[in-house]
Amino acid sequence: MTMSTDHRSTVSRQQSEVLYPNSFPVDVWLVFLRELRPVLRDPMSVVFGLLQPLIFVGLFMPLLSSFSGGELDLHWFVPGVLVMVSLFATASTGSNLQFDMHTGAHERTLVLPLRRGPLLIGRALKEMVPLTVQACVLVAITMPFGFLPHPVGALVGLVILAVFGVGFGALSYALALAVKNQDWMFWTIQQAVLFPLMILSGMLLPLEQGPGWMSVVAGFNPLSYIVDAERALFAGQFGPEALRGAAAAVVVVLIGLFVGTRTMRKA
Amino acid sequence: MSMKVIEAERLTKTFASGSKEVQAVRGLDVRVDPGELVAFLGPNGAGKSTSLRLLATLLEPSGGAAHVAGHDIRTDPAAVRGRIGYVGQLNSAGHNQRVRDEIIMQGRFYGLAKDAAGRRADSLLESLELGGVATQVVSSLSGGQRRRLDIAMGLVHAPSLLFLDEPSTGLDPQSRANLWRHIHRLRDEYDTTVFMTTHYLDEADAFAERVMVMDHGRVIADDTPSGLKADLIGERVVLEFDSHAEAELALPHLRDHVPAGALQDLDRRGNTVELPVHSASRRLPEIVLVLAQAGVTAHSTETKRPTLDDVFFALTGRTLREAGVATTTEPSGEEEAA
Repeated sequence: MTMSTDHRSTVSRQQSEVLYPNSFPVDVWLVFLRELRPVLRDPMSVVFGLLQPLIFVGLFMPLLSSFSGGELDLHWFVPGVLVMVSLFATASTGSNLQFDMHTGAHERTLVLPLRRGPLLIGRALKEMVPLTVQACVLVAITMPFGFLPHPVGALVGLVILAVFGVGFGALSYALALAVKNQDWMFWTIQQAVLFPLMILSGMLLPLEQGPGWMSVVAGFNPLSYIVDAERALFAGQFGPEALRGAAAAVVVVLIGLFVGTRTMRKA
Repeated sequence: MSMKVIEAERLTKTFASGSKEVQAVRGLDVRVDPGELVAFLGPNGAGKSTSLRLLATLLEPSGGAAHVAGHDIRTDPAAVRGRIGYVGQLNSAGHNQRVRDEIIMQGRFYGLAKDAAGRRADSLLESLELGGVATQVVSSLSGGQRRRLDIAMGLVHAPSLLFLDEPSTGLDPQSRANLWRHIHRLRDEYDTTVFMTTHYLDEADAFAERVMVMDHGRVIADDTPSGLKADLIGERVVLEFDSHAEAELALPHLRDHVPAGALQDLDRRGNTVELPVHSASRRLPEIVLVLAQAGVTAHSTETKRPTLDDVFFALTGRTLREAGVATTTEPSGEEEAA
């Protein structure tokens, strides 16, 4: 392939698209595939990721149930834990990228003739696979104990979780790129964001019984809409809660991919 | 368009370090022809890696311009990336990927079809002696195997220009010899241009056809290893006499053998006289004979070929060893700051 560079020297970076060997979707697909392979080869690692949520279901849920006089049961609690699964699984995924930044594997991808966007999008899309598997296993484990999800509602709920996970994973990658090699900074910021997001979503405890300001703050937390939507959908209610949750997930994925690809372009 | 593979003019890179600005590269001018094997030599922090990363589009230059493989690194970095191979100082492969899968995936990133990438991976696995670990996970490989995998990943698309950033650091002598065999085979079979940085003086001396010495962000010398040594130092004859007096007596007879303009290098230290001489070993018998005819007897003689360390000393007044460069290929474990 020979081409004259004379007329190209004045065109901007964006217009040199034709010089990439693969199309945009193929770039995304290849990055996705590469990221997914270690997961497929070692599926047990995904299941082990369920340990923490299972501890919440096994030890926290009975307490909650007693305190609420049995009102808050598996049907209230499990959808919240599913959101927790997608939150925790994707929030730490930036550390995988940080590891690649340490080893040199990330730099390697930057000298490939790949668009920067797919480098991020492919990675973020992969996040929905382990998270969906974890969610399904968790539902399967809780069903013998009396959790009865509405099949269609559960399916829609899983899709919303996957969309949210892609967006939140993208933000985690963006954080890893932004803090560069400072691992401690990644974990500090990640924890500082993660726990307030979790508590202020009503995921583990109902916020209605808390002080008023908490409900106000929760109104700005996209996660609270997703938690409400999951509870509604797993109970088979396709009302405004479900719609608001879906909208929140879409907002998160758009922000995540926008911020993520921007950060990757600057890397 | 010129036929140069690399053409850089006044390329600069300035990093902000706190409130200070660090000029890592201060005006790099490089021209490299197709098929050349160029070694970039210099102490830690001289700007070698930064220069390589600029040319490989991993960093954006602060000033200047460069065309690499026919494309502008500023306006067409993607086109440059598709045409070069780059093996960085660190490892390229994902630690939890399998060796063969990783090479195939690299090929597909460069636009090869799945089966073509597979065939290419198999031939690279064979030629880089990685066949035995093809299905292993990268994290289980030894250091030498990982380095060869890095090279395989850099070669998967058969680039006409290969950048290598300290490819042999941390390799044992046998792996290092293998690596050089592969690099030379690449040159012979595909006429690949190789542009590399190295930590090791003896390596640059033995294998590179052209050495660029870098110091404080500038190229301070650029020639063949033998050219650098001949121009800057030249070969030397060392004569040892029985006494100071005899050594002093010999001096006037030696002047004629010293090249014009190098008389100040004719040097007596105690019983020993050292003088620069072109083709020293060929001229030595004649020198001994002339001295004998004048009644001065040297009781031992030696010819000295300069090393690249002598070259660096002549250029900067510092030895490379002081400047933190390994003068032998013993692993030093030192890393150059990017």
